Amino acid sequence: METQMDNRNPLLRVEGLRVSYRNGRTYTPVVKGVSFDLGRERLGIVGESGSGKSTIGRALLKLLPTARIEAERMEFEGTDLLAATERQMLSIRGQRMSMILQDPKFSLNPVHKVGDQIAEAYRVHNKASAQAARERTLAMLEAVKIRDPERVYGLYPHEVSGGMGQRIMIAMMLIPEPQIIIADEPTSALDVTVRMQVLNILNELVTNKGIGLIMISHDLNLVRNFCDRVLVMRHGEVVEERAARDMQNCVHPYTRGLLAAQPHIGGSRRPLPVLNREPLVRTTREAQP
Amino acid sequence: MNNARFSAFGRQAGTILVTLIGLLILTFCIGRLMPVDPVRAIVGEEADRATYEMVAERIGANLPLYQQFFKYVSDLLHGDFGVSIRTGQPVINDILHVMPATIELATFAIIVGAGLGIPLGILAAVRRNKPVDHVIRFLTLIGHSMPIFWTGMIGLIVFYAALDLVGGGGRLSDYYIGLVPETTGFLLIDSLLAGDWDVFWDAVNHLLLPASILGYSSMAYITRMTRSFMLDQLNQEYVTTARVKGLSKSRTIWHHAFANIRVQLVTIVALAYGSLLEGAVLIETVFSWPGFGQYITNNMLVGDMNAVMTCVLLVGVIFIGLNLLSDALYKIFDPRTR
Amino acid sequence: MTTKSIDIGTAAMTASREKTYTAWSRLLRVLRELLANPSSGFGLVVIAILLVTALLAPWIAPYEPNLINLSQALQPPSAAHLFGTDELGRDVLSRIVHGSRISLTIITIVSVIVGPLGLLVGTTAGYFGGWYDTVMMRITDIFLSFPSLILSLAFVAALGASLENAIIAIGLTAWPPIARLARAETLTFRNADYISASRMQGASKLRIIVKSIMPMCLPSVLVRVTLSMATVILTAAGLGFLGLGAQPPLPEWGAMIATGRRYMLDNWWLVAFPGGAILVVSLAFNLLGDGLRDALDPKQGH
Repeated sequence: METQMDNRNPLLRVEGLRVSYRNGRTYTPVVKGVSFDLGRERLGIVGESGSGKSTIGRALLKLLPTARIEAERMEFEGTDLLAATERQMLSIRGQRMSMILQDPKFSLNPVHKVGDQIAEAYRVHNKASAQAARERTLAMLEAVKIRDPERVYGLYPHEVSGGMGQRIMIAMMLIPEPQIIIADEPTSALDVTVRMQVLNILNELVTNKGIGLIMISHDLNLVRNFCDRVLVMRHGEVVEERAARDMQNCVHPYTRGLLAAQPHIGGSRRPLPVLNREPLVRTTREAQP
Repeated sequence: MNNARFSAFGRQAGTILVTLIGLLILTFCIGRLMPVDPVRAIVGEEADRATYEMVAERIGANLPLYQQFFKYVSDLLHGDFGVSIRTGQPVINDILHVMPATIELATFAIIVGAGLGIPLGILAAVRRNKPVDHVIRFLTLIGHSMPIFWTGMIGLIVFYAALDLVGGGGRLSDYYIGLVPETTGFLLIDSLLAGDWDVFWDAVNHLLLPASILGYSSMAYITRMTRSFMLDQLNQEYVTTARVKGLSKSRTIWHHAFANIRVQLVTIVALAYGSLLEGAVLIETVFSWPGFGQYITNNMLVGDMNAVMTCVLLVGVIFIGLNLLSDALYKIFDPRTR
Repeated sequence: MTTKSIDIGTAAMTASREKTYTAWSRLLRVLRELLANPSSGFGLVVIAILLVTALLAPWIAPYEPNLINLSQALQPPSAAHLFGTDELGRDVLSRIVHGSRISLTIITIVSVIVGPLGLLVGTTAGYFGGWYDTVMMRITDIFLSFPSLILSLAFVAALGASLENAIIAIGLTAWPPIARLARAETLTFRNADYISASRMQGASKLRIIVKSIMPMCLPSVLVRVTLSMATVILTAAGLGFLGLGAQPPLPEWGAMIATGRRYMLDNWWLVAFPGGAILVVSLAFNLLGDGLRDALDPKQGH
C-alpha cells in the first residue's frame, strides 16, 4: 500500500503521449494519447504485439530518431523530457532512467567483454578509475547472483547463456543506480526454466533500491503476478488501468478476452477461447480510409 | 572440438589445392590457345627443320597435351617459370624487377582509398538519406563508373599540362633517373636510404596523381561496403543498448558499431588491394609506369607465352592468397570465431 | 488413381505457372518503381537514348564517321564540329554516335552469352547437386578469383586481338557470378511442393529444369546481368584502350581514346568526349542496377 502513497508525487508523469511515424505525407500514429503516472512502484504494460507498448519505453528515453513524439506533458522528476536537449538526455539515459532490452543475444555488443560493457555504463556517468569501475562491476555481477564474477567479467556475449546474459544486462542497467527502469519483455527470449530466476533477481533489486519499474510484456499472467498496477494497451491506446490484484474485475471486453484466453489449473479442458479480433480489423480500416 | 577444427582445416586445404590445380589448368590452356608457336619463337623464322625438331623435342612441344601439362607443373614446382621471349630473361626475374613499382603505387592508392573511404562510408551510414549521404553516394558512383585510364589522362591534361602541379609519366623526371642506387626497388625507400631528398620529392610528385586516381576507384568500393556494413550494425539492438546506457552518438558509433565492422573492413581492404592490380594494368599504361601492369600488357600485346602464363598464374595466386588472408584475419580478430 | 495423378500434375503446372507469373508481374512493378525514382529513372533514360542513338546512328551523326579530311585535322570543338575533329579530320561526335552501335553490340552479345550460360550452369548445378555441383562451383571459384579485366586480357591474348574476341573474352569472364546466383535460387526452389509434384508425375529432370526452375530464376538473373553491364562496358573500353579490343578505324570509344592519347596534351577533346560517353553509359547502368537492388531488396535500401 505504501506504493500508492508515492503516486501523489510521482517520478514520471505522462499525459497524452502520441508517437507517430511519417508515412509519405501523412503521419501514422502508433501511440495515440497515452497517460500514466509512475511512482516507486512496478507498473505493467500489457498488449499484443503492435499495440505500441514497446514504443512507449523508447519514446520516454527519446530513442526514436525517425518518429514524431508529442505529449501534453512528459515530466521526469521535474525535467520536461519533451523539451530536453540531446545533451540533457545523455545525462538522463542510463543514469536516471534505463531500459532492459529483450534478448541478450542481440542487445549485448558481441565484440566487447561483458564486464567492460557493464563498467562502461558506470564510467559514462561517474568519474572513476578503470580499477574502481572494475570493482563496482564485479560487485554488481555478484548482486545479480553470478557466482564467478571474475571469470564472467572476461567473457564475450556469445560465451554466456541467455539467462546469464539477461542478468548481465540487468547489472549493466542498474549499475549507475537509475530511478526508473523500463523492462521491455525482459524474459520472453529466455528459457522457461530461468525466467522466474531472472525475474526474481530483477524484482529484488528494484524493490530494495526503491526503483520505479515499467514492465512491458505481452504476458498478462506474468505482469499480473509481478506488478502492482497494470495498463492494458491496444492499438496504441490504454483500454484498461487497474491494480494487479484487482484484475479479475476488469470491465473492458478486450482485457476479459485476454484473461479468458489464459489457461488455469482446475479449469475446463476444452480448447481455450480465442481472442475475438474482429473489431481490430474494422478500426484499422477506419484509421486508414 | 580439436578434431572438428582439424577436419575443417583439412577441407580448406583440399579446397585450396583444387583451386590451385584449376588455376594451373586455366593458365596452361591460355598458353596453348595462344597463336604463337613456342618452338618458332625460340629458334627464329630462318631455322631449318632439323633444328626446329630438336628444340621441339627439348621443350616437349611434341608430347601429348596431358604430358605437356605435367611437364609444365613439374617445371613450376622446380621454380622454373620459363624464359620470357621478349626480354630473354627468366620470367620470374622480370616480375621481381617490376613488382616494387606496382606495390609502391598500389600501397599509396590503398592508403588514399581506405583513408577516405572508411570515414566517408561511416558518415554516409550515420547520415543516411540526408544530403551528405546523397553527395557521397554520387561520388562513389562516379568512381565506380569512370574508365580509370580516361580519368588518368584527364588528370594529366589538367594537373600536368595545364597547371603543372605534378610530374608527368614515369616514376621520376628524366634527369633524376639512375641517381640513387637500386637497393629495394621502392624508389621512396631507396631515395631515403641514399639521403637524396630531391629524388624523393620528385618520386612523390610522380606518384601522387596515378595513386590518387587509383585510390579514388578503390575508395568508391570501400565507401560503399563500409556504408552497408555500418547500416547493418546501426540497426542492431546493441546500439540501442549503448544509447540507453547514456553514451553519446559518436561513442556509440566508434566504440560500439565500428568495433563490429573492423574485421569486415580489413577483409574488403585486402580484397580492394588485390583489385588495384586491375586498375594498375590501365593506369600504368597511361602513366608509363614501369610496373607489373605494364609488364602484363606488353607481354600480351606481343604474345610472350611464358610471361603471360606466369603473370596470370601470379594474379590468381595473389587473389587466392588475399582471400585466405582475410579468412585468417576473421578468425584471429573476431571473438566469436576464436 | 489416374484422375488423382492428373490432378496433382495440373496443380503442379498451375502452381509453377502462377509463381512464374507473379515473378514477372513483380518485375513489371519494379520497372514502374524505377522510373519514379530520379536516379534510376536517369539510368533508364540514358540507356534508352543509347538504344535510339545506336539504331539511328547514320541519321543522327552529322558526318561520316570514317570520312578523312586532313585539312580539318585536330580542330577544337566549334559549331561545325561540336566535339572537334581528330588527327585525320574525322568528326569526333559522329564517331561517338557510331561507337554507340559497338557498345550496344558488346552489351547485347555478352548478355546473350552470359545469361544462358550462367543460368544453365547454375540451375543444373543446383538441381543435380553432388559431384557435378562441386566441380561446377570450383570452376566458378577459379574464374571469380581473377579481376575480370586481367582474365579477359589473358583470353584476348590467347585468341588474338579483335572486337569479336574481346566480346568472347568478356563473356567468358562474366558468367560465374550469374551461375552462383542461379544456383542459390535453384536450391531454394528445388524442394518446393510443385517441383516435387511434377517429379512424382514423372517429368524428366531436363523438363523440370527448363519448364519450372529456369523461368523462376530468370527475373533475378536479368537483374544480375544488368548489374554487371557497367563492368562489361568498362572492361570492353579498357581492352579497346590497350589495343586488345576493337581495332582502328572502328569508332569504339576505348580505341578512340587510345589513338587520341598521342595528341591529348594539346587536343583534350580527343580524349575527353569518348571517355565522357563511357562514363555516362556505365554510370547509367550503375544507377539502374542500384535502383533495381533497392526495389528488389527493401532491407538494403537507403
